[in-house]
Formats: sequence, C-alpha cells, structure tokens
Amino acid sequence: MLAVGLAVVGVAIAATFTLRAFQDNMMFFVDISDVIAGDYPKQRNFRIGGLVVDGSIERQQGSMDLRFRVTDMNCELPVSYTGVLPDLFREGQGVVAHGRLGDEGVFVADKILAKHDENYMAPEVAESLAKHVEGKTQPLRDGPGECVTL
Amino acid sequence: MIPEIGQFALILALSLAICQGVLPLVGAHRNDAAMMQVGNTAALGQFLFVAVAFGCLTWSFLSDDFSVLYVANHSQLALPTVYKVSAVWSAHEGSLLMWILILCAWTLAVSRYSSELPQEFSARVLGVLGLLSVGFLLFALLTSNPFDRLSPPAADGADLNPLLQDPGLAIHPPLLYIGYVGFSVAFAFAIAAMLSGNLDQKWAKWTRPWTTMAWLFLTLGIMLGSWWAYYELGWGGWWFWDPVENASFMPWLIGTALIHSLAVTEKRGLFKSWTLLLAITAFSLSLLGTFLVRSGIIVSVHAFATDPTRGFFILAFLGVVIVAALALYAWRAPSLDSDVGFGLLSRETFLLLNNVLLVVAATLVLMGTLAPLIIELLNGGKISIGPPWFEVAFLVPMIPLVLLLGLGMHTAWRTQDARSWVAVLRIPAIAAVLLGVVLPLMFYGRTGLMLAVGFGAGLWIILSSLIQPLRSLRRKKGSAGITRSALGMSVAHLGMGLFVLGVTVVSAFNIESDRALTPGDTIEVGHFEFEMRELRNVEGPNYSAIEAVVEIRRDGEYLATVRPQKRQYLVQKNWMTEAGIYATWNRDLFVALGDQLGNGAWSVRVQYKPMIRFIWFGAIIMALGGLIAVSDRRYRLKAQEKSKVGRAAVESA
Amino acid sequence: MSRYLLPLVAVIGLILFLVVGLKRGDPRALPSPYIGKPAPEFELPKLKDPEQTVGSKDLSGQLALVNVWATWCVGCRAEHPFLLELEANDTIPIYGINWRDTRPEALRWIQQLGDPYVASGFDGSGRVGIDWGVYGAPETFLVSADGIVLHKHLGPLDRASWESDFLPLINGEGSMQ
Repeated sequence: MLAVGLAVVGVAIAATFTLRAFQDNMMFFVDISDVIAGDYPKQRNFRIGGLVVDGSIERQQGSMDLRFRVTDMNCELPVSYTGVLPDLFREGQGVVAHGRLGDEGVFVADKILAKHDENYMAPEVAESLAKHVEGKTQPLRDGPGECVTL
Repeated sequence: MIPEIGQFALILALSLAICQGVLPLVGAHRNDAAMMQVGNTAALGQFLFVAVAFGCLTWSFLSDDFSVLYVANHSQLALPTVYKVSAVWSAHEGSLLMWILILCAWTLAVSRYSSELPQEFSARVLGVLGLLSVGFLLFALLTSNPFDRLSPPAADGADLNPLLQDPGLAIHPPLLYIGYVGFSVAFAFAIAAMLSGNLDQKWAKWTRPWTTMAWLFLTLGIMLGSWWAYYELGWGGWWFWDPVENASFMPWLIGTALIHSLAVTEKRGLFKSWTLLLAITAFSLSLLGTFLVRSGIIVSVHAFATDPTRGFFILAFLGVVIVAALALYAWRAPSLDSDVGFGLLSRETFLLLNNVLLVVAATLVLMGTLAPLIIELLNGGKISIGPPWFEVAFLVPMIPLVLLLGLGMHTAWRTQDARSWVAVLRIPAIAAVLLGVVLPLMFYGRTGLMLAVGFGAGLWIILSSLIQPLRSLRRKKGSAGITRSALGMSVAHLGMGLFVLGVTVVSAFNIESDRALTPGDTIEVGHFEFEMRELRNVEGPNYSAIEAVVEIRRDGEYLATVRPQKRQYLVQKNWMTEAGIYATWNRDLFVALGDQLGNGAWSVRVQYKPMIRFIWFGAIIMALGGLIAVSDRRYRLKAQEKSKVGRAAVESA
Repeated sequence: MSRYLLPLVAVIGLILFLVVGLKRGDPRALPSPYIGKPAPEFELPKLKDPEQTVGSKDLSGQLALVNVWATWCVGCRAEHPFLLELEANDTIPIYGINWRDTRPEALRWIQQLGDPYVASGFDGSGRVGIDWGVYGAPETFLVSADGIVLHKHLGPLDRASWESDFLPLINGEGSMQ
C-alpha cells in the first residue's frame, strides 16, 4: 500500500511539474469566422480548420511557398505555408492547420494536417462548418458582419 | 454458403463460451470435478469453431466473394494475395474476429498446460476467460458481424486502404493483439486467486511466464507499429503520441510494472494486492484502448470506422468487467497482504520505485490522452495536446527510472551492503558519465546537458546489464553460472539501454530539410549530398507512381541510390508517399517526395536520422530478453508449449 | 479496507465520464438547417448529356433521394452497391449530384460500377453543393413530394441507417397521402 501512496504523490508531483508545459502545449481550435472577428488567442499558436476553397491554391512555379484560402462556409481566411503537404491535401477537402495569425490577416501555418482516410473529416471542422451552414439561412446575422456568404 | 458456415460457427462458439464461462466456476464453487472438467473441452471446441469462422472469412477474401459486405469494402480483384489475407484484419469486424481467435488460442494454451495447477484454480481461470469470450462474441455477433451479406453482390471491391498494403502492417495487428489479449490470462489468474482467497508465491510463479509472454508480444507489436509509421506514413517520425498509440502504450507500461511486481511476489511473497491490482489494470487498459480506438470518442488519425452503438457496447462490457474485478478486489485483497519487512537498500525498494514510476508514466499518458475530452466536456473549448507535452511529461518519471534501473539490478533481496554495491557499480558509473559527455562530442561534434543525461543513461544501463552475463562467462568451470531468468532480465535491460541511446541521439542530431528539387539538382544535408537524377513513371499491380531516382554521396563518394515514390492507387484514387530509405546500422538517410511544384520541380523532404535503428533494435532485444526469461528451467515445460501456441496463433491468423 | 476501494471509485468515475463523452454523440452527426424546409432550387447539366438539365423540376411530385457523390470519394464506392440495390428493387427514385468531379471519370465510374440514378447532375464547381450545405461526399437527402427535405444522411448509406432513419420517414409519408 506504500506503493499506492507513493504513486499518488508521484502523479501529483509530475502533474504540477507538467502543468505549465500543459498550458503551453494546449492548442485551441478557433472557427475561421471568429478569427476574422478578432477573437483568437494572440501571441500563441492555435488551430484552424475548414474546407480549402476551390481554385484558391496559388503557388509560385517551382517554389515551396504556397497560399490558399480556407472557408468555414461563412468567412474565408488566407493561409500561407512553406513545406511538404500531406497526401490528402486538396481543393474542396477538409484541412486543419496549426500556426498563428501573421501580418495583414494571413494565417501562417507551420503544420498542415489531413487524415489517413480521405472520407474522414476532423470532427471540429465538421462542427464548425455545420454551425455556419446553419448561419447561412439568415443572410444578415450578427457577428463577423464583413464576411459575405458564399 | 461459406459465410453462413462462418456465422454459424461463431454462434456455436458463443454457446460453448457460455458453458465455459459458467460451468467450471460453479463446479469450482461446489467442488464438482466433472463440471470443472467441462472448461477444458469447451475451450478446445470454442477455439476450433472460431478458427472455422476465421477460416471462412479468409476464404471469402481469397475467393473474392464480394457478396460479403466486409470483403467488398476492403478488398479488390487486383489486390495481391498476401494483402487479401491481411485485409481480413484490416478493419473493425475482421480484427475483432482475430481478437477473439487469439483469446481462444490463449485459453486453449492455458487449458492444455495447466496440469500442474490445482484443478479448482485452473477451472476458475478458464471460467473467467470464458466469460470474457462471451462478451467479445456477443459484441461481434450483435454489432459487428463480418459475414453480413451485400445483395446484389458488388462487381469489384472498394480496395484495401493503400496505407495498409504493407508487410509491416500485415503482421503488426496480430502481434499487438496477442499482447493485448495475453494480459487477459494474468487478469484471469488474478480473479481466480481472489475467488479462491488464496494467493501464495506459487501463484506468482504460475502467472509470471504468461505475463512475460504477453508483454513480449506487445513489445514487438508496438515496435512494428512504430516502424511502419516511420516508413509508411512518409514523414520520418517514429512516435506521434496519437491516442491510438497511447492506447497500446499504457498497457505496456503497466504490463512492465506487473512483470517486476510479480518478481517480488514470487521471490518474497510481498506486494500481493498491488500485483493483483496491476494485473487487473493491465487488461483493463487493453479494453480501454479498444474502446478509445473503436468508439470514435477521441479524435485520432487512425480511427476505425466508428459507430456509437459499438462504443456503448464496449463501454458497458468494459464497465462490467472492470467494476466486477475491482469490487472483488476491494472485498478480497485486504486479507491477502502479508507484512514482511525489507531493508531500505534492497531490491524490493528498487522494484517498488520502478512500479511507482511506471504507474506515474502510464497515468500521465492517460491524462494527456483524455485531457482534450475532459476540457471539451467542461466547455473549455476544443483543444489538442501536442507531442511536446508528452515528451516533457514523460521524461519526468523516465529519467529517474533509467538511472535507478542500473542500481536495482545489482541490489540483493532483503538488504544490500552499500560497500559491495559501490565496488561493483563504480566502474560502469564512471564510464557512463565520461563516455556520455565524450562520445557525442567525438562522433557528432556537440554535447549538452540533456544529451549527456540521455547518452550517459543509455550507456549506464547497457554497462550495468552486461556485468552479470560477463561474470558468468568468466567463471565457467562447473559453477552454476547465470540462470535464464537473470540472463533474460539482463538482456531486456540491455535492449532498454540501446533504445534510450537511439532516442537520445536521433532527437538531438536528426537533420530535416524540405527543398524544391528539379532533376539534376543536388542538396547537402550533413555530410551527405542528394542528387535527383531523374523522375519517371512506374506502374505497380494496383497503382501507378512517379518515382524519383536520388543518388546519395558522402563527400563526393557514391553511397547508394534510393527511389522514393508518389503512388496513386487506381481504385481509391488517393495518393501515397513511399519513402526511399538508405539504412545502415548507425543511421538512416530518408528521402520522401512531396508535391509537384510546377516547372518540373518537386518538393522533397530529406532527413538524416542517426541511430534511429537502435530504437526498434532495442525493442527487439527487450522482447528477446522476455523470451529468454520464460525459458527458465522453473517453467521450461510450459514455456516451450506456450511459444508453440503463440506461433500457432500467428500462423492461423 | 477503504484504500482497497479507491481503485473501484476511481474507475467508476472514469466510466461515468466516458459515458458522458459518448453521449455527446458523434460530432459528425450534424443537424442540417434544411430539414423540414424546402430543398434549395437547383438546375444542373446532366452528366450523360450536357445539353439537357436535371433539377428541382424533376424532383417535384415524388418522394426522392438526392445523393451527392464523386469518383474520388471512398465512401461513395462503399455505398454504391447499396444504392444499386435500392434501384434494382424499385424502392425510390435516386437523383445524383456529381460533386467536384470530372466528367470523364464520373462517366467511367457509372459505366464500370453501374448507374443507380434516374439522372445525375454534373456539379464540377461545387456550387450546388454549397447551396445544399454539402461538406463532404457522400451525403444523401430525402426530399418529399412537395420539395421538403425530410432527412439528411452524412457518410456512406448502408442498410442499418436506411432502415432506422429513412424507412420510418418514407412509410410516414406514404400513410399521410
């Protein structure tokens, strides 16, 4: 039983020890409409997700710099990324990006995620889209007014 | 017709499982030998019927029977035969059937080789295993029938997910499941001991080889999964702290703790209730892992096709099993503990610390895995917890664990004389500290605090593991030498040391570079030059691919040519990255094709991964250590038979 | 005694917590804003014959399924045999929206795997998909004779969801008329 006691103490110490690390490594998922409205964690990384807008992928010929727009069916956010893309990244498909909002309102992604399964959409992305598809039935809604419905 | 035979066999297996789950337990209670005997017969019958069902499903795959929904969804005419077989366990329904088959194989092994156990005890073990089997068979038949028909039949199937068309992944699930399910034996032994209210050192001796066997398969299974992720997911990581990986890692951590705690219970009759708790926990975490992976409750890149009904079923089953086991524990365990003292400086103390640290590690992994769910339910928003957190959190218990490991191995039971301890360990300790600083500087030109700690710890474990085997070599003449058990321990710890070295070096000196390359371009990474010679089209059996021919040179001297590919599978139309890897024992050079950039250029990821093979090689050595330990004379007979059964399970799977 | 109860209490807590987590339901089972509302108007060139169109006019006056599909979508292939079965049994007319696809690939698909659709409209740009609130293929809508969306199914259609989600609605419609 000494062991149980020690284990509890050990967990407590380790938990406190790592709580700070926990906060630093927690990454919030933010709706694109909220990002546009200015409601996102400043000074730290967060995640966004949505559909890659059709025809929005631009890349300079021969360069790894890439720009595209992501939509939550209400607002669009330009994203820039440099690097290798996951196999399932494509226009019209769901995508999740890690990064932070840079100057001029461009989301600078340091990581792009897509799933193993083409048919599988990250639940937070699906939920975010659903919210705004619903919003679409009321053309003039509160909140991020500058976003025009698609 | 064949699928119907399979389904019927499953139903028969269920009825036998019910007999096996009820009669021996009642018999043991009433001391009725005939009823207890039923368990052995039922276990054999159940195994045969499940094997028939498994065979029928395999046959449906091999004969391209697309009137079976599961086959239509996971196979295709042009799929290579090997993958038609491995497709059997590529998705939820089939892998559940394999899980059941493995459970039956373990049960059969226990029933065949339990002749030295008291009949009452083995009857209870078989009864508990039978009840577990009832749960899983019901799960398969009620929610996940692999034999569901599709009418009219499909002309061709939807193909196996290309990621799974790989030899590593074909054998990864069987090994992993043999490990997962193997902990059910330790669980059943624990329940049987609590039911009889009798737990002695013999109990620990019986339980140990089974647990070690399950542990070594789990080790190999996890190692293969990591290796597969490394070369097949395309981007060169070897562990991602994904919930599904964590689901297999938590039982491993607890299983490792259990192996050590069983040693104390066997040798000294201590830690009895703690050992019982670990045996229950190891299997419970296997069940929890199944739940997390198959219910869709947690977001993971591996997710099986999910279905809330299945989630509720497993959760209910898991709840019944664990709550019943722990209730029994709360009732019976208090009377089992014995108070034998041990000195502060004794092997008991070190094994206790080992257990505490491993349990802390498993708890941290569990916390990190469940945290997104907890925070979401508390309306704290949707968060994800990245690998950096796990890496930091995990080191907290791991650093003391590896440092104490070297000491613990050379500490005697009951009490240890500090002076002789220092005499034995002085040299390895000094060597580890010095070499931990010097070697990285010498070979990789850099050193640092964490690097020296990791490298030194790895060397410390390796050197201190070698002491005992080396000594026994020197004193060959007629003396007893080292037991298999002790040798197994040394070898497993040696593997752990190699693993620690590999992890340290690859995290410190890994170089990764993403570049745009056109044929004719060369880039330099470390001392190595990578020249893309040409791009060409290649046709595979069920895919077409673009292949880059990349020549690797070191300081201008030709080393090797690798051919990374970007494949498009013809049926599912998705793209897959096949990395080109040039591996030697002390480093991997890894090239993966990214995207077409226009103007004939491709993005290419090039990586230099020093000593990454030590990670998997270390895990194999750990498993080998387990194998040596189960072959100890004390349980030699049983050990031979079990590895036979293990092999049989792999072959039939 | 009490310390031996501790694991039991902890585990019961964990299990209750997981029950709540599971009750939260499948995050992908999303309500559609269109359920109970008129289906969006649409008119698309037919997949097989770009000169002709298929659209809301064809749907009206009958209970029908609208199935959003694409050749690049794995789930669509999974549900295809079931759609063929519905068609073979004359269960209900199925209209397709071929979404974000290319015409030659879509035509080849239908030729190779069979065509369960009365007609498919070709929506290469995904415009109609947006009007219908589609966020991934496959999706299947059940539209009543007077053009009301009765149900929306996300992901591959299979027998289980057909029997539990579609059939009661279809039977309900039948008895009302």
